[in-house]
Formats: sequence, C-alpha cells, structure tokens
Amino acid sequence: MHRYRFLLLRPLQLIPVLFGISAISFVLVRAIPGDPARVLLGTRSTPEALARIHAEYGLDQPLPMQYLLFLKHLFDGELGRSIIYKTDTLTLLLERLEPTAMFILGSVLLSVLLALPLATWAARSRGGVADHVIRLLTTAGLGLPPFWLGIMLIILLSITWRLFPVSGYGDSLGEKLYHLFIPCLTAALSLSAVLTRSLRSALIREMRADYFVAALARGQSERYIFWRHVMPNAIVPIINLLAVNVSWLIGGSVVIESVFGIPGLGQLLIKAIFSRDYMVVQGVVLFFALSTVLVNLLADILTVFIDPRIKL
Amino acid sequence: MSPLLTVDSLTITTRAGLNLVDQVSFSLAPGEMLGLVGESGSGKTLTCRALLQLLPEGALQITGGRVDFDGRDLLRLSPREMRQLRGAGVGMIFQNPSTHINPLMTIGQQMAESLRLRGRLSRKEIRARSVSLLEQVGIPSPEQRLDSHAHEFSGGMRQRAMIAIALACSPRVLIADEPTTALDVTVQAQILKLLDGLRREHGLSIIMITHDLGVVAQTCDRVAVLYGGRICEIAATADLLKHPAHPYTRGLIACQPHANVNAQGPLTTIAGAPPTAEEMPAGCRFHPRCPDAQRRCQTRQPVVHDVAQESGHRVACHYPLQRLIHRELDHE
Amino acid sequence: MTALTSTQISMGQRVTAPLRRLSRDLSQRTTLKIGLAIVLGWVLVALLAPWISPYDPVYQDLTTRLAPMSWAHPMGTDNFGRDILSRVIYSARVDLQICLLGVIFPFIIGTVLGTFSGYIGGWCDAIVMRLIDIVLAFPFLVLMLAIITILGPGLSSFFIAMALVGWVSYARLVRARVLVLKQSDFVLAARSLGYSHSRIICKHLLPNVLTDAVVFSMSDVVLVLLNGAAISYLGLGVQPPVAEWGVMVTEGQGFITTAWWLTAFPGLAIVLLAVGFSFIADGLSENRGGTQ
Repeated sequence: MHRYRFLLLRPLQLIPVLFGISAISFVLVRAIPGDPARVLLGTRSTPEALARIHAEYGLDQPLPMQYLLFLKHLFDGELGRSIIYKTDTLTLLLERLEPTAMFILGSVLLSVLLALPLATWAARSRGGVADHVIRLLTTAGLGLPPFWLGIMLIILLSITWRLFPVSGYGDSLGEKLYHLFIPCLTAALSLSAVLTRSLRSALIREMRADYFVAALARGQSERYIFWRHVMPNAIVPIINLLAVNVSWLIGGSVVIESVFGIPGLGQLLIKAIFSRDYMVVQGVVLFFALSTVLVNLLADILTVFIDPRIKL
Repeated sequence: MSPLLTVDSLTITTRAGLNLVDQVSFSLAPGEMLGLVGESGSGKTLTCRALLQLLPEGALQITGGRVDFDGRDLLRLSPREMRQLRGAGVGMIFQNPSTHINPLMTIGQQMAESLRLRGRLSRKEIRARSVSLLEQVGIPSPEQRLDSHAHEFSGGMRQRAMIAIALACSPRVLIADEPTTALDVTVQAQILKLLDGLRREHGLSIIMITHDLGVVAQTCDRVAVLYGGRICEIAATADLLKHPAHPYTRGLIACQPHANVNAQGPLTTIAGAPPTAEEMPAGCRFHPRCPDAQRRCQTRQPVVHDVAQESGHRVACHYPLQRLIHRELDHE
Repeated sequence: MTALTSTQISMGQRVTAPLRRLSRDLSQRTTLKIGLAIVLGWVLVALLAPWISPYDPVYQDLTTRLAPMSWAHPMGTDNFGRDILSRVIYSARVDLQICLLGVIFPFIIGTVLGTFSGYIGGWCDAIVMRLIDIVLAFPFLVLMLAIITILGPGLSSFFIAMALVGWVSYARLVRARVLVLKQSDFVLAARSLGYSHSRIICKHLLPNVLTDAVVFSMSDVVLVLLNGAAISYLGLGVQPPVAEWGVMVTEGQGFITTAWWLTAFPGLAIVLLAVGFSFIADGLSENRGGTQ
C-alpha cells in the first residue's frame, strides 16, 4: 500500500544528512589547530604513539582520504580511544547511555502527563480564568532556565523538605528512578510549557472543525467527540513537535546532568570538553546527532500511521 | 396525513436583538421532501440548526416559537433528550463532506460509533449493518470501502459516505444542507436521485436546504421560500413554479438559467442585494428590491395567508401576483 | 448559505462573542506593553548600572561573606562578600549583550541565505536546504558546545557558535515566506515590468520578510538568552570574575544548603528578562493574527 512505502523510502532520504553529520564530526576534531595526532594524544604523547595515530588515521594522506578512512572506522564501530578513561569511546558511550536514556524518557513522559490535562483544561475553558492562568504560567515556563529551575527544586524538595536526594544516581532501578525524579521534573516543566501551548491551540482549531458539528448532529456527546475525534486530530502535529523537543532535551541533558551529577552522556561530554578528550567529544556529538535523526524518523513513521492523509 | 414535524413561529435573535429568523412556520409530513429556498443570509440554515439546537452558544438564541416533533416540543428538551434526538430523530448532512467527516477515522468506524450509541450490537452485526448502509447509498464494493478514509473517495462518493454515516443513526427526518452545491452537475443528479429513493423506499422525511430552484424542481414535494429570515411563500412545488404569488419567488424563477432558454433574452437578475441582519428594512423585507412595491409595503409587514386553501399555497405579500387573491383582499 | 458556517458552531465558539473578544484583544495589547516595559526596564538598569548599583560588583568584603538579605545588601552577599544586587545589575549589561549579538548574527545570515535560497531556487536552494537539514540533525546546544570546544571557552566563541547554528530557523522561515511571495501578483507584475532582481528583492521581498523575521526573533531571543546563560553556567561562556547571571548561578551552586540567595536572584533575573521577551513575542504574534 502507498503509505507503507514511506517506511522504506524515508530512511533512504536520510543518507545525505547522515553524511553531513559524519562530515561535521570529522571536521570538528580536524579543525582544532595543531597536529591532529598531538591533539588526540594530549600532552603525554610519545613519538611511537604519534606514529601509530598517524598511520591509523592516515594523517599523511589528503583530507578526503582521511574522511573516507574515518567513515570506515565508523562502520567498524571504532570511535577512537579516550585519553582520560583509557578505554574505547564506544564502550564508554554504551556505559553512559542508560542514565541519559532514562532521563529523556522520564522527562517526555512527565511533560506529556502535565501538558495533556493542562491543554485540555485551557482549550475547553477557552477565554476563561483557567485558560488565562495556564497561558500566563506557560509563558513564564518558556523563560525558565532549566539549570536554575533544577537548583531551585533541589533547594525546595531535597534540602528544605528532604523528599529527594540532592544529586547522583542509584544502583537499583527504584533508586535510579528516585534519583531521576527531580531532573525529569525540571526538564518536564520547561517542556510541558511548549507542549501545552501548542496542544491548546491545536485543540481549539480542531474544536472548530466541521466534523465536530457533524458528530454533534449525530447525537454524540461533547465529551465523547472531544476525546475520540478532536484529540487524535490535535495530537498529529504535536508528535513532530515532541520529536523536535526530544532534540532539545538531549541538549538539555548536558546541562541538567551537570546540575544533578547524573553520570550520563551529557556529563561525559562536558568533562571531555574540559579535559580536551576530543575522541570522546566527537563520539558523544555523533551519537547525539544520530539519536536525534532516529527520533525524528520515528515521529515521521508514527505520524504516517496515525494520519492516513500524509503521503511521502 | 398528520405532519411529523411542525415548526411554528420560530424566531432566532442575536445578542443585539436582531431577528435573524422571524416567525418561520412550516410542517413536514412523513415521507415528504420539503425544500427551503433562499439566498445567503435568508435564515434557512439557521432554522434547521435551531431544530437540533446547534446554534452557536451565546451568540444566537431562540426567542420564540415551537417545534413539534412526534408529539414533543424540541425547544424544551433537556440536553440529554436533545442528544438522543439528534441523529436518530433528526439527522443532518452537509454541503462539504470532506470537512464534515473526521479525516483520521475510516467510514466504517464513523458508522459504527453511531450504531453502537443506539443499541448493543456485536462486531459482526455492526459490520453487516454498515455494509448494507453503504450498499443502500450506492457505494460500490462496500466491504472494502468500509475501511477507507474520506480522502480516498471522490467528491460524489464522499457525499454518499456522509449520507451513509447519517443513516447509521436511523433518522426519521434528514436535514440536507446544500448537499449538492459543491458537486458536478452529473454527480449532483445522482445524489438527488439517491435522496429521493431513500424517502420513497424508507419513508424518510427530508428537508432540502438549497439556493437552487432547479434542485427543488427535481425532487421536492413542497417548497418554502425564505427571504431575510421570513417565509415569503410556501406551496407545492409545481404550484409555486407555475403560479408564483410572491414577487421574490417570481424573481428567483426568472433567475434560473434554464428558465431563459426559451425566452432568448438576457439572464434576469433581481436588482440589489439581500439585506444584512443589521439593516433589515421595515415593512416587507423585500420591498427595496421589489418591482411592485407600494407605500404599504414600506411600513406594514405582510402576514402569511392562504392563496388557495385546498392546495396549501400560502404567501406573505400585500399585493400577491394571483388575481383571485387580490379580489379577496380588497374585501377587507 | 454562508451566513453561518458550521465552523463557527462549536465549543470554542461560546467565548468568541464580541465582549469576550474585546477583552481578549485588550489583554493581548497588555501583554505586549508589559513585555516592552520589562525589557526596557532591564535596558535602563544596564545603562545606569554604575549609578544605581549600591556597590562595586567585584569588590570583595571578606567580613560580610554569605550575608543574608538585609537593608545593606537587599539580595545578600556571596562567598567573597560581593553584593549580589550589584552583581545582578551589572550582569544585565552582559546578558543583554548576549541577547542582542546572539540574535543579530543568525538573523542576518539566516535572512540573507533564506531570501536567496527561496528566490533563486535550483541548486542554491538545494544546498541551503541540505545544510539546514544537517544542522537540524544536531541538538542545538550540543552542536554549539562542539563548536565552542574547537574555539575554546569564552563569549566570542559563544557568538560565533550562535551564528553558525542559529541562522537555520531564520533561513527556513524566510525561505518559506519568499517562496509564497515569489508567486504573488505584485512580484510577478514587477518581473513582467522588467525590474531587476536586486530591485525586486530589496523593494518587494525583504520588507515583507523582515517583519516576519523580527517577530520570530522576539521568541528566538528567549532561547538565545537561556542558551547563553546555560553555556556560561557550564563554564564555557562568560568567564569569572565577570558578573553574568549564569556564571553567578554556578558560583552559588556550592552554597545551596546554606545560602540559597546566591543562586535564586540571578536566576530570577533571567526569568524576568526572558518572560519580558516572551510577552513581546506573544503580543506581536497575536496582533498579527497568530494562532498561538
């Protein structure tokens, strides 16, 4: 069927983007002034090590060849070695993946849980007091710096009320979720402001749609029409918005993990930047970019399944 | 036959106190097709929306009249009773099926939701009933079309699908709001034939809202002509077309393109534009555009009265075009 | 019959009655006014900083370290005994600079690229669009951090990174507008009259496109401010001892158990300025018939 061709074609369309991502990641390390081998090895470089790096990355060859070699390494899953952790970058990434993934999932879940009722309430009482209050709160929410909000929540919930730990990450699943609650809440409060505003206007637009009256004229209750007809139609554009915001969340994880001391990819990136651990910087950036592309692809596919009108 | 639906002196008023629909009365017999004809703003759609209480809340209010349906006054139903009546008692189809059908749901799903609302049915029963409904409205290969979405249909098929969805509620009265305006002429005729068949075979009563007298001539038993929110003439279709009693009706007939085929003259129009709600003229609302208007028309509102009692031909005009009536009026 | 389209009948309708609409329009204009007042207020604070701040923002008085709020220090002091209020006031200079320069470079680059890409089309458009796709594939902050890694920490690196990453949204917006305008009657008429391309772009396209870009920049500036503060918070933007709200939050983070005012006030300052810009953006888009 027509719409399922999308599943095959959409990934193909992404190929130029993937090349672009790899090229930028490649340029990233090469753009640092000085001998790349010296840059990669840091200050404690021995002549043997320098020679090995030169051979491995083909640094004597022209730049395009170096890029091709870089791509080959990528396909083999070789992202270089961390000079600080003395391990393979890929292993390092996989180790740090879990906290970040849990943080992002938790934040998305929490923000949807916040945005759905708020947007519904605002849309159904349009122009009323609740709508204005929600509008004011979400406008303020857009201006909240997540790092500061996180610290304020720590002061309130962890230090004053002693409900949650100040920072860190636990060992068992329960402990991890316990530690991740405030970080997720921090991100969710910012994210839900965006989601609530968009969902509210989508809901209001759909509530004015002709199919609403048609369903009323068939004897359906307003409540039923709202949930069965209006909501799905309003959700379609929100899915892509959510995907865009997952990309924002990935960036946000760098900041929020620093605030709460969560040992995830974001914190790894910041530490690597400060310690000039360039292979790790490159690895994390590459990984984040690929995840963003993947999330957007998933959103596209989901949208196609929900809305039969969308064609490739 | 006693009427199924009687609208008596229905009046709809804006917040500013303007009567958009003023004392409109008509009735509908079982199995009858009644045309409501008028220009934009004549109040024909508002009148029908009011029957189902689908007027914009707050902006417009029903300030007078009765609507009797099956022994109940529709204007005094509780919201719950009104919900039960919508669709099942009085159903409605619209001009633009592509926006009035939910684009994300299949046609089958939208029929199923009405079927489920009105009785416990198994999945199989719902499917069988839906297939027969699609057959009834003349959609080919209904089994497959059940799982199609609105955008996969052509314009005419989409209108048929909307009719099928409305029929899933098994209405006794169907309000068809300009159902053919957006369609090609050939498709238009098919849809009209379909509606005509529905009332002949299933005894459905239909109110056909249209601005096109041609549509009325093809299908309706009786016609009510509205102007500026008031009824100006109501009569059996043949009577009205042959012996219009109201100058406005005469004008409308003259405006029909095919009416001029024999006349060979230029296409006639009614001079001026229909009045807006803010500037309704006093007296007869048509008098500024009426070629036969006299002084009385400017000040006194004409009442609806019989032209010919036995045929139910009624008109609201001080100087109707039928001679016989003139003499009768002069006695007053 | 079009007097009443069915779209007007719905749950949403009950409130768009004239009276409510009037009050809503008024409240829209109020948001715009409040937003302007807040932002202009901060601009005044920044300009008058030397005269209105009670202390020198870098003066260390080790006898009054971590002092709570008092008449002498309305926002308390930090761990070096510096007056927080004075530092918050002086920070406004840096943060407003972040807002201005962080928006202006992406604005110019994006508008120029978007206009040419949309107007010329063809391979030029294809290249710009692919470039946009690639930049968008990276999380905004992550790509900025990557660029700052190459350039080294500092405010100028931040502005360069902002310019390299931020132009994308302007280019997309402007390109879409230009594509529509290109087909509009007045541009087609201008072309048939034989006007030069540069004249069409400068006289007909840019004026239309610029208003859109300016309205968008008001919501963009909120992101720029938050990003600038976040990058400074991470230690990669403004460097101490320069007072900047994000830097102040970092400096105070070590003392959250004992002295919350170190972090609370600079953060509130960010929120206040950001909300001011949000209000302006809101008011502008509503006045222009936006849907949000």
